[in-house]
Amino acid sequence: MTAATTDPAARRPFLKSRALRRFLNHRLALIGLVMVLTLTAACFIGPHLLPYDELYIDLRARFAPPGTGAHIFGTDPLGRDIAARLFHAGQISMAVGFAVMIIATGIGSVVGVVSGYYGGKVSAVLMRIVDAFLSFPSVFLLLALAAFIQPGPVMIALIISATSWMEVARIVEAEVKSLRNQDFVQAAHMLGLSKRWIMFRELLPNAIGPIIVAATLTVARAILLEAYISFLGYGIQPPLPSWGNMLNGAQQYLASAPWLAIVPGLAITIAVTGFNFIGDGLRDAFDSRTQGH
Amino acid sequence: MLRYLASRLGQSLLLLLIVSFIGFAVLNLAPGGPLSQFALSPGMTQEQIDKIASQMGLDRPLPVQYLDWFSHLVVGDWGTSYRDGQPVLHVIGSHLFATLLLMGTATVISVSLGSTIGIFSALKRGSTFDYTMTVLAMIALSIPTFWFGLIAIYVFSLSLGWLPAGNMYTVGDGSVLDYLRHLIMPAVVLALVDVAIWSRYMRTSTLNVINQDFVRTARAKGLTRRRVLLKHVVGNSLVPMITLAGLQLPMVLGGALVTETVFTWPGMGRLFLDSLGYSDYPVVMGLLMASALLVLIGNLAADLIVALIDPRIRLD
Repeated sequence: MTAATTDPAARRPFLKSRALRRFLNHRLALIGLVMVLTLTAACFIGPHLLPYDELYIDLRARFAPPGTGAHIFGTDPLGRDIAARLFHAGQISMAVGFAVMIIATGIGSVVGVVSGYYGGKVSAVLMRIVDAFLSFPSVFLLLALAAFIQPGPVMIALIISATSWMEVARIVEAEVKSLRNQDFVQAAHMLGLSKRWIMFRELLPNAIGPIIVAATLTVARAILLEAYISFLGYGIQPPLPSWGNMLNGAQQYLASAPWLAIVPGLAITIAVTGFNFIGDGLRDAFDSRTQGH
Repeated sequence: MLRYLASRLGQSLLLLLIVSFIGFAVLNLAPGGPLSQFALSPGMTQEQIDKIASQMGLDRPLPVQYLDWFSHLVVGDWGTSYRDGQPVLHVIGSHLFATLLLMGTATVISVSLGSTIGIFSALKRGSTFDYTMTVLAMIALSIPTFWFGLIAIYVFSLSLGWLPAGNMYTVGDGSVLDYLRHLIMPAVVLALVDVAIWSRYMRTSTLNVINQDFVRTARAKGLTRRRVLLKHVVGNSLVPMITLAGLQLPMVLGGALVTETVFTWPGMGRLFLDSLGYSDYPVVMGLLMASALLVLIGNLAADLIVALIDPRIRLD
């Protein structure tokens, strides 16, 4: 797929590579990086600076609009500080996003490399399973899964992963299939290297560029999906806050307390936009065919 | 042509089989199983639960249950809803129109708007317009649909009072205009993500077409820029978009689920959530199958249309 992958330069350490330089010259990618880093810093440092705990209920201060006293983003229907909840929710939502990235990329890589390396019947079966998973609207499948499990952050990350691995599988399969008859693979066979070694140490690293791009976009997707199912009430359960479940119930107070909806939604949008920008920058950086804009 | 059709149909059926398998596994391997809701009611004894299980055939081995369920599915018996005893197919059918109306309107909006943006982006590649649209598209892809819906309701219903905040029609009115007033906001909200995707793909597709020889030939033989654009470029760049429309279906359907919830639109998405809430397994399962079926039919149709209108594709 990418010309860079067959290029020996792809084996150069990432820090010295042309890809990194291209990434750093990509304006959107840098903006995305700043957005994500700022948000991450806010979520992890913010709670220590706020005078409120995310679970502290103050019924005298219900529905305080943003800017009331020390409540910079206002309070919710129970008088809890929205800023404190938002930052804690951010930790959870982003942790789910990263967990999904690791799990989904792992599953996708294994399925893709096995399918691409063996080809034939193995590939036919595995890729039909990929197609079948892609035929479900993932929100439907996710909700069906979420409704029957104990919805903690770990389980939520697992089921989102279960509906997010197909893209990576396809990318890796295509890449490995195109490489498996090349000389270096034949050489590895003749050296007597095990199939597993050839698959994961010789073939898989060639797809690292597209995998990194897909992984970044998976974080964005996972944060969105977590928000969807938590908003619908099947995701992470209160009192544990997540960006999605902070929005659950916001609709009924839309007229009187719109900040309940606006604030967490903005956080989701900023996080997802940030990861999408980074993904776009990485795509351009790894793909030597597109030169800038 | 026939052979191609047969093989595509075969592939789709195989997919449907796998889909049914996954769906069945998801719902039956879940802890608790279909009868977990009864275990919650205080008056229930274990014998009563066992009795219900044997009446519904839920005590049989899973493969037997699957075969039984699937063989009924094939002949159009999708079971009956636990909630009100109605046939599943009937329940789904009564919600299908609302969803198709919403998705159809959203698709019309996203195709027309997205294609237009895409074509202009391609023609003015590298311009401020192109760059702005690229950035806007990526932001649009990052906004949670339901949140965009909430904001739209806040602005257009609660603050400005221009449009109704939910439902499909006003009770006692039900004129076409009334339907339109209810339809416009959810359709636009649902279309947003797709407008972004369409504009991106249309841009790429148009760029591919513009650089081809026949476009240069058309210009060289003296056709005006406008005529080349309308007659040669637009049509040809739209062809790959038909496939895209098929591939986008799962996403639009998923988006419809959330949009319907926010706008209390009486479609399949709402039904799905309600059925989940009631642990109404047959309906949940039926909706999973129906949505996959819709997606497969959509993809099949898209492939066939492309094959029919694009003479470059040979069907052997």
